[in-house]
Amino acid sequence: MHLLWAIPALPLAGFLILFLTEGRLPKPVVSSIGAGSVGLAALLTGYIGWQFVSSDTTEFVSSSWTWMIVGDLDVSFRLWLDELSLVMVGVITGVGFLIHWYATGYMSDEEGYSRFFCYMNLFVFAMLMLVMGDNLLLLFLGWEGVGLCSYLLIGFFHKIPEFGYAARKAFVVTRVGDTFLIIALFLLFHQVSSLNIQDGLLFARENMSEGSTINTIICLLLLGGAVGKSAQVPLQTWLPDAMAGPTPVSALIHAATMVTAGVYLIARMQDFFLLSPTAMLCVAVVGLVTLLIASFTALVQSDIKRVLAYSTMSQIGYMFFALGVGAWSAGLFHLMTHAFFKALLFLASGSVILAMHHEQNMFKMGGLWKKLPVPFIGMLVGSAALVALPLTSGFFSKDAILLKAWKNDSDFSTLFWTVAVIAAFLTSLYTVRMMALTFFGKPQSEMHELKKESLWHPSRIRTVVPFALLAVLSIAGGWLGFEFTGRLFDDKGVHAELHFDPIALLTLGIPFAGVVVGYFLFASDLLDRRILIKNRMSELVSKFWGSGWGFDKAYDTMIVNPFRFIAQTRLNRNDVVDLFFKLIKFLASLFHHILSMFQTGHIRWYAFTMLGGLLLVLLTVVWI
Amino acid sequence: MSLLWLIPLLLVAGVVAWLSERVRTTLPNWISLITFIVATLWVTVVWFSGPDTNGLYANWVQDWIPRFGIDFRFEVDGLSLMLIGLTTFLGVVAVVSSWTETKTRHGFFQFNILWVMAGVVGVFSAFDLFLFFFFWEVMLIPMYFLIAIWGHEDKEYASMKFFLFTQISGLLMLVAIVALVWFNASSSGSLTFNYFELVNADLDSTTAKLLMLGFFIAFITKLPSVPVHTWLPDAHTQAPTAGSVILAGILLKTGAYGIIRFVITLFPDVSQDFCVWGMSLGVVSILYGGYLAYSQTDFKRLVAYSSIAHMGFILVGVYSFNKLGTQGAIITMIAHGFSTAALFMMAGSLQERLHSREMSKMGGLWVRAPRMGAVTMFFVIASVGMPGLGNFIGEFLVLIGAFQKSIVLTVFATIGIVVAAVYGLSLMQRSFQGVPNPNVPKMRDFAFREMSVMVLLMIALVWVGIYPQSLLRMSDTFVSMLEFVS
Amino acid sequence: MTTAINIPLEHVFFLALILFLIGAFGVLIRRNIIFMLLSLELMMNACGLAFVAAGARWAEPDGQIMFMFILALAAAEVAVALGLVVQLARRFETLDIDRAEELNG
Repeated sequence: MHLLWAIPALPLAGFLILFLTEGRLPKPVVSSIGAGSVGLAALLTGYIGWQFVSSDTTEFVSSSWTWMIVGDLDVSFRLWLDELSLVMVGVITGVGFLIHWYATGYMSDEEGYSRFFCYMNLFVFAMLMLVMGDNLLLLFLGWEGVGLCSYLLIGFFHKIPEFGYAARKAFVVTRVGDTFLIIALFLLFHQVSSLNIQDGLLFARENMSEGSTINTIICLLLLGGAVGKSAQVPLQTWLPDAMAGPTPVSALIHAATMVTAGVYLIARMQDFFLLSPTAMLCVAVVGLVTLLIASFTALVQSDIKRVLAYSTMSQIGYMFFALGVGAWSAGLFHLMTHAFFKALLFLASGSVILAMHHEQNMFKMGGLWKKLPVPFIGMLVGSAALVALPLTSGFFSKDAILLKAWKNDSDFSTLFWTVAVIAAFLTSLYTVRMMALTFFGKPQSEMHELKKESLWHPSRIRTVVPFALLAVLSIAGGWLGFEFTGRLFDDKGVHAELHFDPIALLTLGIPFAGVVVGYFLFASDLLDRRILIKNRMSELVSKFWGSGWGFDKAYDTMIVNPFRFIAQTRLNRNDVVDLFFKLIKFLASLFHHILSMFQTGHIRWYAFTMLGGLLLVLLTVVWI
Repeated sequence: MSLLWLIPLLLVAGVVAWLSERVRTTLPNWISLITFIVATLWVTVVWFSGPDTNGLYANWVQDWIPRFGIDFRFEVDGLSLMLIGLTTFLGVVAVVSSWTETKTRHGFFQFNILWVMAGVVGVFSAFDLFLFFFFWEVMLIPMYFLIAIWGHEDKEYASMKFFLFTQISGLLMLVAIVALVWFNASSSGSLTFNYFELVNADLDSTTAKLLMLGFFIAFITKLPSVPVHTWLPDAHTQAPTAGSVILAGILLKTGAYGIIRFVITLFPDVSQDFCVWGMSLGVVSILYGGYLAYSQTDFKRLVAYSSIAHMGFILVGVYSFNKLGTQGAIITMIAHGFSTAALFMMAGSLQERLHSREMSKMGGLWVRAPRMGAVTMFFVIASVGMPGLGNFIGEFLVLIGAFQKSIVLTVFATIGIVVAAVYGLSLMQRSFQGVPNPNVPKMRDFAFREMSVMVLLMIALVWVGIYPQSLLRMSDTFVSMLEFVS
Repeated sequence: MTTAINIPLEHVFFLALILFLIGAFGVLIRRNIIFMLLSLELMMNACGLAFVAAGARWAEPDGQIMFMFILALAAAEVAVALGLVVQLARRFETLDIDRAEELNG
């Protein structure tokens, strides 16, 4: 436990080395520093995790220096590891390492290799601070840090203006959420006089009554922060654009780790949420709405990465939903399994994209399963887990959520459950569509000529091993992870087994139904798809879905464009306030001009006015 | 030897630098640089050797004009020492940033820089109001020359605007000082400009309110805050790089220092009543400054408006009247000094290379000069308020302090953080990212001279960001003395 | 002690006024700077005359002292003014005062 500080310190050291050497190191050294530091952190996490599990303590703490003490505010750089953090740290370092490893091949031909790993290591560090900080300010440090790295990595190919725009959009939209979070921090401090998480939770348990307004406000503000980071409605618009980043970035940041920070935050502040049924309901509704919107949108995307992005949104929606209906363990369980299979899906899609000359449009792929067997198998396993086919990890976690939702005794449980099941059906549908378009059917365009020597070749070890490990985790993660996540919260989770009650059968059957329907719709020739496409109504619907339900457009018209208009037209570039001072200047110079008209430069005129003035004075004196 | 010898040192070094130009044109630069390095080291030594039993690092009292009760009364407490350290350190930055920029009259240039700094050190350590005003003027005149002689295309207008704003507000302060002394003399019977006696002046509330406003307007003009901010964008844009660095890094802080040291201690009760106005002005500055920053196309002007937004946080912090807010304001002063100095230096470097500050003529510069890109990214991120860097600490403490006072105003101020992200990133995007501008085929990247200063500034910001306690401790003695009514 | 011719003070003052007005009109009307200076001399001597007459009338020495000041002033003025005349002639190549109107507003 004395080595706890080393887990975040390792990636930080990697970042510092890469940052200070300014890309002058040779690539193999960069790879071993970049991926190696995270790998070591993963090993260390394993060691410390084993120590933790086998010890009786409920937490490991590692203190370092005082950050600041002002009045009541007392925060330190203090790391806190309990079971919840451990799950997160495990996912971050474990999946993070595999993605780093994969990226050493994937990025090998790109400019700025060292810069890439520099940012990635910084990201891992920040993410670790987020989940290990014992106070909310440290959490916020990580929270902003991952946002920054997300910004840097989305805009990694900085020469392309659209990517830069996507990066800024991601940063600014999440910052809107961060504003809610920081106001939540202020309010918490106002109430608790401390930013320490455990102090806060204790305060909530002891001093707050159920349903108190202030607590609900705190929870809703926290939810606001979580919604921004986790790309939930209404702050979800940045995530699809964030796919501009290199694919390993999408896998690590925008699928496995950063976007689940919101889930972590809510789970971390559980005691506050438990006291506020309103906030819980809001969490569930946000999750469900996102789930539904994202699933529909994923159905009509043509870009493979955007499909995965919307799928990520919807799966995080599941997690929020789970938290909202009180399935805390199941939510975290799904976070973990999702990290495995979504990382796998992204990495596999990355290999496909590279093989297709950076082509991301699925309609230009097709029939790739023979040519790219490794990505195909990876994608297949990932998809199976995504649609929650039995015995994959996704099945265990998703069914745990659905069962818990059914058993939830709120007024809306049936409605919630029904929507969630429909979304599960949609998940199968778009997944099958993605697989069908990408790997089956006729090839639509030529593939990149693959050289065996190429570092990113799908059969190279640095591609295959991460695939294999993630695939194993995507399947076995369900069996292993359940025991562990079940210990996290008091609800002990719900064990998803092959029950024989009708509900369990139904949730079991839904993915199959989705796959079958999807097969008929997208893969077989039995059904003429053109009937669907030609229809004017469906065209409109698909356009609406495809644009992400018009959120982007609405924000553009309501916020972005007006702001741009008043800022960028020359309306007020010169600052209206200055007009007042300009007016003073104008008046001064006006009087100056009037008075200076009397100064003609003619001495005789001066003499005349002097005499005239003298006479005037004399006369005045005489007459008065 | 007392740290106060710093003032004559800077003054003498200024004269020597001016004269030394006759020997060699590069000599003034070296004299100035060495003086500032020595001064910085000196402050560091004093810092670590700790205060005396009264919590002071230096003090010196000597009669000046006894019949009016005017003394040379200098004291350096923790707060003053921090700001003096910032001054000397940014002196190094200013000299280095203008190393190759001046083409004429190198000696007089360095003379002015050294004399401004001497004035600033005086302002930060004077505890006699007349002496304070004296140094207030000492730092103004050389600054005027810096802009008027070595400025850019519109320098006459900008320097005159700067001079008039500062001078008129300074006169207002002079009137307030004299009136305060007068009222104090008529009630207590002793004619004195001594700060420590004037603190206890017995004033009726109307008088106090008017006098407070006199000081307040003078200081918010210097700070600056909306609506008296309009001199700043012009002055900054037109000033030579060293001038901008000094102006943004230090001169603005004299306004903040004045509010913290004089306004709220000389008039504690009326300031309490005034706090909603003070905070509101701060919030308006944050939002309006941020919005105007986004509207700019001129690199330097954008940074100038962002300064207005950051200075708004100081007002909000000071007028939240609690320890958190005040400490936050002080940290913001330091951190903003570092980050903005760096950004102005960057603007100067870009202008030196591209002969333009227009961002439409930039774009994609990261490819040409990756070091400059990375450095700019760092400081933009700092000024956007990234945790772990100095500015965040200041803003966070300000906001959490302000929250105890007014929730609504705090929420509006917090929106300023989002606006900061918008203009900060758009600055980055428009200058360094995007398609490389074909009109800029190549550009010299930062070399050792520039990089060494930038690295120092980065270290300073990280230091403030992760170990602000070292600074908070310094100002704690002063902040604890303030009487806050909760 | 010779008896002074008794000229009424009013007469002398009237003469001084006439001389002063002649001088003043000269300054206002003439454009040649030499003539303007001569007119100025005239005005000053008119004042001097008034002083001396008034001093004699009240038997006070102040009037004569004042006249000596005026003499000194006139001498100084001529010294400076002639310098200006030389400069004017050199710079503008004219003695016309209206041509030297560079200090207009």
